[in-house]
Amino acid sequence: MKSSFKNMTIVMFCITLICSAAVGGVYLLTKERIEQAATIKFQKALSVVLPAFDTVSQESVDVNGEMITINTATLEGRTVGYAVSSNAGGFGGTIDMVVGFDADGKVVGVNILKHSETPGLGSLIANEGNILVNQFVGKNPAEMTLKVRKDGGSIDALTGATITSRAYINGIEKAFNAYLRKTTGATAEGYTGATTVNATDKAEKGEENE
Amino acid sequence: MSKLSLITKGILKENPTFVLLLGMCPTLGTTTSAINGMSMGVATMAVLILSNMTISMIKNLIPDKVRIPAFIVVIASFVTVVELLMQAYLPALYETLGVFIPLIVVNCIILGRAEAFASKNSIGDSALDGIGIGLGFTLSLTTIGAIREILGNGSIFGWQFASEGMPMIFIFAPGAFIVLGYLLVLFNKVTAKNK
Repeated sequence: MKSSFKNMTIVMFCITLICSAAVGGVYLLTKERIEQAATIKFQKALSVVLPAFDTVSQESVDVNGEMITINTATLEGRTVGYAVSSNAGGFGGTIDMVVGFDADGKVVGVNILKHSETPGLGSLIANEGNILVNQFVGKNPAEMTLKVRKDGGSIDALTGATITSRAYINGIEKAFNAYLRKTTGATAEGYTGATTVNATDKAEKGEENE
Repeated sequence: MSKLSLITKGILKENPTFVLLLGMCPTLGTTTSAINGMSMGVATMAVLILSNMTISMIKNLIPDKVRIPAFIVVIASFVTVVELLMQAYLPALYETLGVFIPLIVVNCIILGRAEAFASKNSIGDSALDGIGIGLGFTLSLTTIGAIREILGNGSIFGWQFASEGMPMIFIFAPGAFIVLGYLLVLFNKVTAKNK
């Protein structure tokens, strides 16, 4: 079709109008489902990382200037555990996780919500029963040295994914600090460990493939 | 051109990945496993069929000078629709493909087929062309993904047959280039014989 200013304007106006209406329509139709999917995912994460519970209440606590969300789980009015939404900078981007503690501060479970770690290496953190999560379950992080063996800690890293493992530990440490802030009002000493680890990260960026 | 050849040409003679060499970004980026490659292929095929049909439908209404922007608006809308639907109904798949879904908009295959085929042919033929090219793209991506997954991770479609000692490089970006390169050689050798 021959182009004139008039027909170009009219046609583009109509196309964009119809297309945006269509996109808006689909957005409204899928909005509820998308929110549902996110809620289901979070609920599933909660059931993995918490002991049996009937109600959850959500609140935010400030840990070193970062707002961390804590879900307090209760069963028949008694507090049974806390699920803390934490995050850490991994090898391929931010790792979002939910860490669950029981009322005594022992780790119940860890669920990875989102990560972009190397497939086959760092991505193993998202598997149930991987060696990292197994080292935490049933233990109180306060009784552990929260570092990989290579950095003088007591935790075995995933093979070929040291940086991912460090991030995973940092995420749990951050969650544990939030838990302490929530239950005792204090933060754990030694959280500054995270900054030194970040500094070595850069120097050893290549070691993920070792 | 027969209806069937419209489909088969997308798989062999005009295979988007191995012959036209279009859409290299998702080809290299998403093929870390067979299932990822296949999902990307299917998502692209869905957008391709829909956009081809729509563009063929409105081809006589669009003034020549604004046809490219018009095509892009149509394609971008379909990609957004597919993305929202995937997010709502296939959240696990949506997470795997993540950033690559919006990038379907800039996949040259889709704009290329809109410009080269759908804007000159009937709705039915454009749909068949979309199916053909889409299948070609899906098969190519699945093949690359399967080879990378087998060599790099010792598994196929998630089924693990070897756990230790696989050359992990095939899961990383360099592996994508290596596999794509050798498949190109192979594909051209086979098709050259048939000429």
